[in-house]
Amino acid sequence: MAGTAAPVRLACAARWLAPMRATWLSSVDLGALVPASGRTGPGERAFWCTLAPVIEPPHQALGPDRLVSLYATMLRVRLFEERVRELYAGGRLPGFIHLSIGQEAVAAGAAAALRPDDYVFSTHRGHGHLIAKGGSLRGLMAELYGKRDGVCHGKGGSMHIADVSVGYLGANGVLAAGCVLAPGVGLAIKHRRSGQVALTFFGDGAANRGPFHEGVNLAALWGLPVVFVCENNRWASSTAHGLSTAGGSIAARAAGYGIPGVAVDGNDALAVYDAVWLAAEAARRDNGPSLIEAHTIRWVGHFEGDPQAYRHKSEVEEGRRQDPIARLGHWLGERGLLDPPGAERVRAAVVGEIEDAVAFAEASLFPEPADALTDLFAEYPWRD
Amino acid sequence: MADLEYAEALTLALREEMRRDGRVYLIGEDIVLGLPFGVTRGLVDEFGPERVLNAPISEAAIVGSALGAAMAGLRPVVDMHFADFVTCAMDEVANQIAKSRYMFGGQVDCPLTLRMPYGIGRSAGGHHSNSVEAWFVNIPGLKVCIPSTPADARGLLKTAIRDPDPVLVFEHRALYRVRGDVPDTEVLVPLGQADVKRPGRDVTVIATARMVHAALAAAERLADEGIEVEVVDPRSLVPLDREALSASVRRTHRAVIAEEGPIRGGVGGWLAWVVMEDCFDDLDAPVARVAGPNIPIPFSPPLEAFATPGTEDVVAAVRQTLE
Repeated sequence: MAGTAAPVRLACAARWLAPMRATWLSSVDLGALVPASGRTGPGERAFWCTLAPVIEPPHQALGPDRLVSLYATMLRVRLFEERVRELYAGGRLPGFIHLSIGQEAVAAGAAAALRPDDYVFSTHRGHGHLIAKGGSLRGLMAELYGKRDGVCHGKGGSMHIADVSVGYLGANGVLAAGCVLAPGVGLAIKHRRSGQVALTFFGDGAANRGPFHEGVNLAALWGLPVVFVCENNRWASSTAHGLSTAGGSIAARAAGYGIPGVAVDGNDALAVYDAVWLAAEAARRDNGPSLIEAHTIRWVGHFEGDPQAYRHKSEVEEGRRQDPIARLGHWLGERGLLDPPGAERVRAAVVGEIEDAVAFAEASLFPEPADALTDLFAEYPWRD
Repeated sequence: MADLEYAEALTLALREEMRRDGRVYLIGEDIVLGLPFGVTRGLVDEFGPERVLNAPISEAAIVGSALGAAMAGLRPVVDMHFADFVTCAMDEVANQIAKSRYMFGGQVDCPLTLRMPYGIGRSAGGHHSNSVEAWFVNIPGLKVCIPSTPADARGLLKTAIRDPDPVLVFEHRALYRVRGDVPDTEVLVPLGQADVKRPGRDVTVIATARMVHAALAAAERLADEGIEVEVVDPRSLVPLDREALSASVRRTHRAVIAEEGPIRGGVGGWLAWVVMEDCFDDLDAPVARVAGPNIPIPFSPPLEAFATPGTEDVVAAVRQTLE
């Protein structure tokens, strides 16, 4: 942990954050941070090694309850998606399903660093982001079933779900779409001076689309309160990162736009939390956007049913060795914050929530066919 | 009544709506200077650069950010510069703006306006001349209006800005300097309300934007021959005032549909179907269409003239329905 360096009191953060853009850029050696392979090693904390003399890692201010809650969130995402996997294989869920099993630390770490009134834009692999942001499991599960009690009444489904009540402004079937939507929310936030933040997740594949560059440029240009979080799981669908992404590092692209860019170990929820917390805090203080690249590993296929002929199974084994849930569990255990019975209680509670959501979704009715006509415009019925 | 240019009427609408509602802001390329057609000129002086946002040349970010801002409570008005450039933001319009409310099960309003300067003229060439309204009429979730006069331009733009849903306002480039009476009082033109621009009993010409003026000129010429043409301007294509179009055709028993874009897959095909569906038994002749040829808009003046449907074409189509 970076905290081995002499910690500086958090009060220093305010001073450090004010001139954040300049400080961060000058204190982070991107070359050292991101090796030529474009990938940080497991557990690498180059970012914090550089910054440790300047600031105490924000996660050190988290109390036991919030740390255990972070663990529970990851477990909730994991077990929810494993249940979804079963249900999908059993023919209960229509459509396509993209799971984030193995990537839970990014969703949970990022969402834990946000305020409830902050906004999140997500991706086609977005169940975890929604769960971490506090979305109702019932509403999510019923939506995956295509039932009327789904949070979108069955009109969105896995890839297009939204839960505006928790600031989750949508999964998205189009890659990098959130990169241009989030700056608009940033404009609205700036307009009302509410100190909120708009965070957008996107994948490493999406970083090669135009909207990523247009959105980062606009947010940087206008100093908008946006946090760009790239989940680099090494695969753009079935195309390897190295075969789709010039330059290797996505975090390094931030330098071209004059904003902070950091790569973190995306299998370490605390590392993700720290980076997102700082980026969000900078945004709240009108210091503009940041770009965070979280290196992680997807344990499952691009979609459920993907035979994954494109990769060696050793990659999944590597992912399992870095299991973000086991890692945080171990870390909590070492500090006496979560013992095995405690972990079992957390698991039992999460399983109960998930089974409740499944029962809710199973009991919910399908929409009436003519419900397809509602929600198109504010007024209903609408005129053609 | 004030005598204003179409562009001035649009400026007036923007000014009035920005004064009325602090959530309304403008975003687009070069709009602080009012380029390229003068509609936003001078607004920065009253409303400041915070509400007249000169954006980088990033159509996806301009349009996408407008949706984000709308979902978060603002009322963006996007200046598309040239409607042709919307292709650079087509995902944002077609997949994001049009579908967000629907796919989210009605959880959000998307109150944003896209101003779409479009149309043929002055040898602007293939990337600056296209009539693309048909693309958007084909995308459920968008409202589309297309004013032909200064009064309609002001009234429709004001309505668009106040509408809780996304509205595209197609402003024909060739009309910006056209003058007309604009009411002194604040008059909103509702979406889905057609306007009879000239009454007549023999043939109905349903025309949009510049083609309304071509139809009026055609009607003037045909009146000399004793043919009375009724010119009906739908003013908005989504929603469509089907009742008004059909009522006119039921009176005249003949219909010509005039638009500027390519005839294949154009709006006229949809309107012709509406007329057929509603008035089949009343029609004394097949519905005739006036539209552009199925080619990109060429540069050279005689070539561009070939691609530009006009008064002669409307006259010919009216005669065709009378044969």
